[in-house]
Amino acid sequence: MLDNLNLLVIAPFLNVQLLLDGLFIGAIFALAAYGLALVWGVMNVKNLCQGEFVIMGGYFAWYIGDMGIHPMFAMPVAIVGMFAFGWATYKIMIARVVEKDMFTSLLATFGLAIVIQQGLNLAFGPEVQVADSGFPTRSFDLLGGSITVAEIKFYSFLICCFLATAVVAFMKLSRMGQAIRATAQDVRAAKVMGIDTEQVFAFTYALNAAICAAAGVLISMIWVIQPFYGITHSIRSFVIVTAAGFGNLAGVIMAALGLGVAEQYGGFVFGAEMQQVTVVGMLLLVLIWRQVQMSRYRQAVQ
Amino acid sequence: MTSVTEEKDREVATTAEPTARRVFTFNDYMMFGAILLFGILGPILFPNYTFQIAVLWLMVLFAQTWDVMGGQMGYNSLGNIFFFGAGMYICAVTQIGLFTDVGAYTSPSDPGTFNFTPDQYYIGVAVGLVFAAIGSALLAAVLGWIVFGLRGPYFAIGTLGIALAAGELIGAWEWVGAGSGFPIPVYPGSGDGKSLFYYALCFGAAIATFLFLKWLYSTRFGLAINAIRDDEEKAEAMGIHTMRHKTAAWMISAFFLGISGGLFGNMTGFIEPLEVAFPVATFGIFMVAMALLGGKGTIWGPVLGAILFHILKEATWIYFLGWQWVALGVIIIINIVFFQQGIVGWLQERYPHWFGIEVEARSPGAKEAAE
Amino acid sequence: MSNLIEVRNVSKAFGGVVANDSISIDVPEGQITGLIGPNGSGKTTLFNSIVGYHPIDSGSIRFKGEEISNYKVQQIARLGMLRTFQQTRIYANMNCIDNMLISVPHRNATFFDMFKPYPHELYDKAESLLEFVGLYTKRKLPSGDLSFGQQKLLEFAMALMNEPEVLLLDEPTAGINPTLINGLIDRLKRANTEFGITLFVIEHNMRVIMNMADTIYCLAHGELLASGKPADIQNDQRVIDAYLGAH
Ligand SMILES: Nc1ncnc2c1ncn2[C@@H]1O[C@H](COP(=O)(O)OP(=O)(O)OP(=O)(O)O)[C@@H](O)[C@H]1O
Ligand SMILES: [Mg+2]
Repeated sequence: MLDNLNLLVIAPFLNVQLLLDGLFIGAIFALAAYGLALVWGVMNVKNLCQGEFVIMGGYFAWYIGDMGIHPMFAMPVAIVGMFAFGWATYKIMIARVVEKDMFTSLLATFGLAIVIQQGLNLAFGPEVQVADSGFPTRSFDLLGGSITVAEIKFYSFLICCFLATAVVAFMKLSRMGQAIRATAQDVRAAKVMGIDTEQVFAFTYALNAAICAAAGVLISMIWVIQPFYGITHSIRSFVIVTAAGFGNLAGVIMAALGLGVAEQYGGFVFGAEMQQVTVVGMLLLVLIWRQVQMSRYRQAVQ
Repeated sequence: MTSVTEEKDREVATTAEPTARRVFTFNDYMMFGAILLFGILGPILFPNYTFQIAVLWLMVLFAQTWDVMGGQMGYNSLGNIFFFGAGMYICAVTQIGLFTDVGAYTSPSDPGTFNFTPDQYYIGVAVGLVFAAIGSALLAAVLGWIVFGLRGPYFAIGTLGIALAAGELIGAWEWVGAGSGFPIPVYPGSGDGKSLFYYALCFGAAIATFLFLKWLYSTRFGLAINAIRDDEEKAEAMGIHTMRHKTAAWMISAFFLGISGGLFGNMTGFIEPLEVAFPVATFGIFMVAMALLGGKGTIWGPVLGAILFHILKEATWIYFLGWQWVALGVIIIINIVFFQQGIVGWLQERYPHWFGIEVEARSPGAKEAAE
Repeated sequence: MSNLIEVRNVSKAFGGVVANDSISIDVPEGQITGLIGPNGSGKTTLFNSIVGYHPIDSGSIRFKGEEISNYKVQQIARLGMLRTFQQTRIYANMNCIDNMLISVPHRNATFFDMFKPYPHELYDKAESLLEFVGLYTKRKLPSGDLSFGQQKLLEFAMALMNEPEVLLLDEPTAGINPTLINGLIDRLKRANTEFGITLFVIEHNMRVIMNMADTIYCLAHGELLASGKPADIQNDQRVIDAYLGAH
């Protein structure tokens, strides 16, 4: 461990490598976290199958790639498919837990997470998969070392930016987006104003699933997917939203990029098998930090 | 007129309720008798299922200990499985460490090469279980200090995080066999002897848990944690030592969970972090589902829920083989979404008088009497 | 006659809203002190500051001479200062008797007291206090099934069960049937005289507070507007203006 730390000091280019990788992956985390912030803020549902939605999106890409089509083409399919899946999930299940206490939604979505994990496991097997984008990896020299960047990571970053902008524009400009924001402010008032909040909830949940799916497609190309990897993605989203608060897009992006970088460093310093621990460690750190913060006001974190 | 009825009421009350809250009612004795009967006859009538029935008792223990926090105190933990795993590792390490070098015994190259004499085995198990119980309880005290400032979903996620982190950390710890795990000392006797031995211990642990909790809920402690569940801020404003109660409640859960972990590790014979010791998505979520299925916040709910859930689970294995985990997940969702109050909760709503709960009398006199 | 509570120059702001601006108040032992003021004038905020619900920005709060502004809610409650809530709070899933039992004082509770049973006397005491507030016949009902007014009475009885030295009541008569208010005034006074509990009462009902209090403080816009005997307050032009201006 100390050796690795030392390595970072004597070979500064490694820092650049870790930073870059962290930012690339963090941008994707931001997408899923934004989706969570959306359902949390609008309908007060703590969606614990966030990561499973991501992984499902990833399997779209892998499956299409497996058929010999470029996995990038899975993007629209995954978005539409998962939007429909999210809508159906809302109608069948989430609609019945929205009004109940928060633990119910948490637990119900955890149950759904298990179903999805096991379903994916049955359908695709437990192997770790990558959707091969076929793009080359480039390297360039900087700070006395060679830094490698897979082109797909760069494209994925651009797509993230594009998707984020599109979602934000949708929220600002479209009627549905405005209705969603009004509902997030105050459900009762929105109802009084004639907004069909049921529709808004369903749309929000479906939109979240679609955003996650897009994130998943990218993850499957620049990283790996596996039926049981979803929970870590869920935890990541929770870390980010807890750190940033759910009304705060800039905060979500910063926290996501920060988490991406922290994970890369954690994996490098403590060893690759500790990367998951880093995520959960970050979760506990954020929760402790929030408690310290709130205890200044003599309040609990709720 | 009002005062006369009140006088009468009072007399009735003082005669009908002589002492502090009673620990056992008639219904309790009936239920308890049935369970005792099944517990003793079970392995005799179905000798091939001894292991399964032993696991059933552990499930009962799981649901009961989860309910201390989730049902009675309103702190829904998703990470109680942590104490199960912690107990399992503490017990195993104690069993080995008492007589030989743990690092060598667990080393992946040639694990489990030490031969334990029967005496060593039984002493190891006894001391190991004690350490598992106490160690888990102490861990609960330490962790409580970290997570008890969290409420609702944050507490649930925080505890989930602890259980996940534990699995990963143990998986990276060479001294306890890391991710590949290690075998537990072998029982010095026949396979049947082993199943019966551990069956008795599991059954005993479940019964002990039940009796302890039954007593616990009859003391001030029971009311205090109910108060914390109903309104923690009010409880604080009334001066209740909330932190003390919360910590004690979690330590009690952890104590019994630690024992169950030690037992389960010995029953399976081989432990490793992700599937056996810290199975967050199976046992970890089962405890919650079972308590909810039976009715959380009640004394019999978790027991009934665990039994029913275990039967359902075995049924899915028989009828949905291959799809069993999906089916189980669906059952959990249906339970949570459509049948939240659970069996006993539902009965309480329908027949409150069975549970000694009084409801508003609809007679016209009742209103006046209040005034 | 000494002051049980001494509030000195206490200020509390929420973001830009100054809810309390340099408030100084004395609550003398054994008396009934009133606190009035239009809606949003900062009365509840002052209560919250005194019982340690939130930290104050500046000033000092003393209870029996002891500085308590850094203490937490539970510590202060155990010192013998209790409050009831404007939005009544009871343990809704427990019956009235249990609500009363759990409200016993925790001042000297040791670790092992947690695991003791309740003795007979406490049941008797709980029942007699429920009788005192007129809830005896409801004692076995889940308290969540009670009406709002009854819950208010139950909360009052719970506070008495705790044997506080001083009780801060936030609008005790709000939501109580007008015909019962006289009875409630009577009970509050008896709590003061018979049980020797010092009272500090927020009240909007002028008849009630004028009838009950020995001294009255009036807040407006977070500032202390006036204080004095009920008769003086009643005729104080600033108080009248504040109330009329608020409407
Ligand atoms: N937690 C809080 N956060 C932000 N503002 C608050 C908070 N609590 C109170 N305020 C503000 O402080 C001011 C005083 O509120 P407070 O509740 O003390 O009034 P009050 O005198 O008790 O009114 P009422 O008679 O209606 O009960 C109000 O403007 C209120 O909006
Ligand atoms: Mg107020």
